[in-house]
Amino acid sequence: MSLLAIERLGVSIGTTVVLHEVSLRLEAGEILGLVGESGSGKSMTALAVMGLLPEGTQATGSVRLAGREITTLAERELCRLRGAGVGMIFQEPMTALNPLMTIGDQVAETLIVHRGLARSEARRIARDRLDRVGLPAPRFPLTLFPHELSGGQRQRVAIALAIALRPQLLIADEPTTALDVTTQAEVLDLLRELAHEEGMALLLITHDLAVTAQMAARVAVMQDGRIVEEGPTEALFRAPARPYTRALLAAARLAPLSDEYLDQGKATGAFSCQEDPKPDAGALLRVEDARRSYRLPRPALFAPAPARHAVDGVSFALHPGESLGLVGESGCGKSTLTRAILGLDPLSGGRITLAGAPVSPRMPPAQRAAVQVVFQDPYGSFDPRQTVARLIAEPFHLTGRPPDAEARIDAALSDVGLSPADRDRYIHEFSGGQRQRLAIARALIIRPRLIVLDEAVSALDVRVRAQVLALLARLQAAHGLSYLFISHDLSVVRAVTTRCLVMQAGKIVEEGPTADLFTAPRHPYTRRLLAATPRLPETWSTLDPPPASGA
Amino acid sequence: MRPALLIGAGLSGLAVAAAALSLVWTPWDPAAMAIGARLQPPSATHWMGTDHFGRDILSMLMAGARTSLAVALAAVAIGAGIGTPLGLAAAASRGSLLDATLARLNDLIFAFPALVTAILITATLGPSALNATLAIGLFNIPVFARTARGAALSLWTLDYIRAARVAGKGRARISAEHVLPNIASLLIVQATIQASLGILAEAGLSYVGLGAQPPTASWGRMLAEAQTMVALAPHVALFPGLAIVLTVLGLNLLGDGLRDALDPRLRGRLT
Repeated sequence: MSLLAIERLGVSIGTTVVLHEVSLRLEAGEILGLVGESGSGKSMTALAVMGLLPEGTQATGSVRLAGREITTLAERELCRLRGAGVGMIFQEPMTALNPLMTIGDQVAETLIVHRGLARSEARRIARDRLDRVGLPAPRFPLTLFPHELSGGQRQRVAIALAIALRPQLLIADEPTTALDVTTQAEVLDLLRELAHEEGMALLLITHDLAVTAQMAARVAVMQDGRIVEEGPTEALFRAPARPYTRALLAAARLAPLSDEYLDQGKATGAFSCQEDPKPDAGALLRVEDARRSYRLPRPALFAPAPARHAVDGVSFALHPGESLGLVGESGCGKSTLTRAILGLDPLSGGRITLAGAPVSPRMPPAQRAAVQVVFQDPYGSFDPRQTVARLIAEPFHLTGRPPDAEARIDAALSDVGLSPADRDRYIHEFSGGQRQRLAIARALIIRPRLIVLDEAVSALDVRVRAQVLALLARLQAAHGLSYLFISHDLSVVRAVTTRCLVMQAGKIVEEGPTADLFTAPRHPYTRRLLAATPRLPETWSTLDPPPASGA
Repeated sequence: MRPALLIGAGLSGLAVAAAALSLVWTPWDPAAMAIGARLQPPSATHWMGTDHFGRDILSMLMAGARTSLAVALAAVAIGAGIGTPLGLAAAASRGSLLDATLARLNDLIFAFPALVTAILITATLGPSALNATLAIGLFNIPVFARTARGAALSLWTLDYIRAARVAGKGRARISAEHVLPNIASLLIVQATIQASLGILAEAGLSYVGLGAQPPTASWGRMLAEAQTMVALAPHVALFPGLAIVLTVLGLNLLGDGLRDALDPRLRGRLT
């Protein structure tokens, strides 16, 4: 008998069918990967197993946990089941914990509620569970509050919470998506270990096929509320039967820059740095010994306030037509550096020049017009109350509205693969990928020389991400743009940049051609980053070449 | 459809309609005295009866609605007109001296009991509807400043504001073009609530004789004059009391209803 048996589970909200005859089985101690793009129904499946479907949904079919039907259970029994039978870990470690409770109390609370344990006994077990997830007693006392922990440590607390009652099934919904690669590797290791050692079944929900390949013995692929394919991970990834799975795999396997693209770039005069190794000859963007420090609170009255050096003596140059990558984990100072390059925040030392003129928050509009930006969050990047035409015309503020502004707006929309008819629509009518295209159109409209891509594709699904990256490559060739590509995702940086910087603790620790950096990293930090990045095993390549994903 | 919004709009609309109608027509002259016909109970000739001077209560209520609404709305306009730009400026320059100064000024005004200070102001400047408006308006300024600042602060962290800064727009322009339209619904709701509080405050000031002066009709003064005769002619106090309660209730319901209706997260369920 399977530990978890989902049979012909259907869920609908009103007349919209969200899940369609989903059937899944999970044995004790097994890790099942559930992959798919956003909106495919992965999380809804998990919520159905937890009995946490939102109000107003109708469910059909059956979900059995250890032989017990749970779709018909009353709320009171479901409460007992959650935590004791099924534990769940969510994506966002920042919001999954109560900020006003100590970590010890949060873990102990579960034990007190479910087992009716005495407080001292509950705290003893909580201590044991926190030790188990790698938060040992001397460094992590029970009295810590969530804000005193890093994102990875908080996710460990969330895991300790989920396994406090030793449930038979653990559901992890994108448990590492919000974490840095090295932290992600640690958390994934922990989850794998827990499944093996405690005999827990793990349902791992993720959009990341590489993570699935590393973790799961079996994988189920979801699309539009259906399971389209299911099987042992390696066999399925080697020979996917469905075109959808093939497209996902192709998109996940972002190939390094193709020769064709490089040739095209050279023909248009891009990548000049490769032919011209003199580092500072005609650089478009030059950062010299940039420093930015923040004053920290004084440790004691009258003690000197310590400073945190967010950016600590960074120097590099970006050449016209080049794609430069800047890689680093959260907190390494790349956002601070980005804001300084965009002229939003001042530096406390050193200088930045763009096309020969200094960059500062007070630079004149004409100077500012040389650089534009695409941000990470496709949902926060646009004013919800303005039409598309007005939104993407915003940078005209820098150059003065040209007489052919309307035609330029239409051209920018067509350039990024949208229709000029979209100009009068509002931003909520567009999907995440379309919004990122609009953000690119907005950056392009005044023909800047440099576009800063600040995690521009990190929030997108793999297939959409591949399309947007292809679009960026095409636009670069067509308009002779330079990109500064800032990301924590090494596979993306590898796919689109020719040269790459690695940043750690405010300093550039390694710099070099992307291909060299990825095949022969010199700095230990770069090596650690590369080792931690989940990758689809090279040997798993599908026999037939994957069909090109449609634009 | 939301019942709260409907009832609120209905009651507030009734008060506005009565005030508007009183500009051109009232059943009787609200200031005309008829000592012979004083303290009459409601009848066909005087629908709500007459007061101790024989004035028609319905006519006085209609004219009083004009005073109450004018004072309350003008006070809201003062508060929103001065407080909102201050709040936007404070949010746009977060952490600066301006922000800190405004915050302390806000605290200062909040620290005084509003009605006592209003009494002080009207007592110093002389009792009149205009001075009552100024006094109430002064206390609306920090309310709008805080509401605007709080809402604007959360917007200033969003990427579209950063995108506007990359597009070279100044803080004032971003506040006007991107921030204000996105917090407008919140301010409208706040304005409705403040209007209802303004009506209460005006009635309070008139009650102690520091609001609109005779012969201008006022709900608060009607109540004050009627209170000695409550046992003798309860209707004289009842009707202005009801008018205040229903108008304040209506404006509050309207504010709550608008908050739900203007919230984009809930808007989908409305249609």
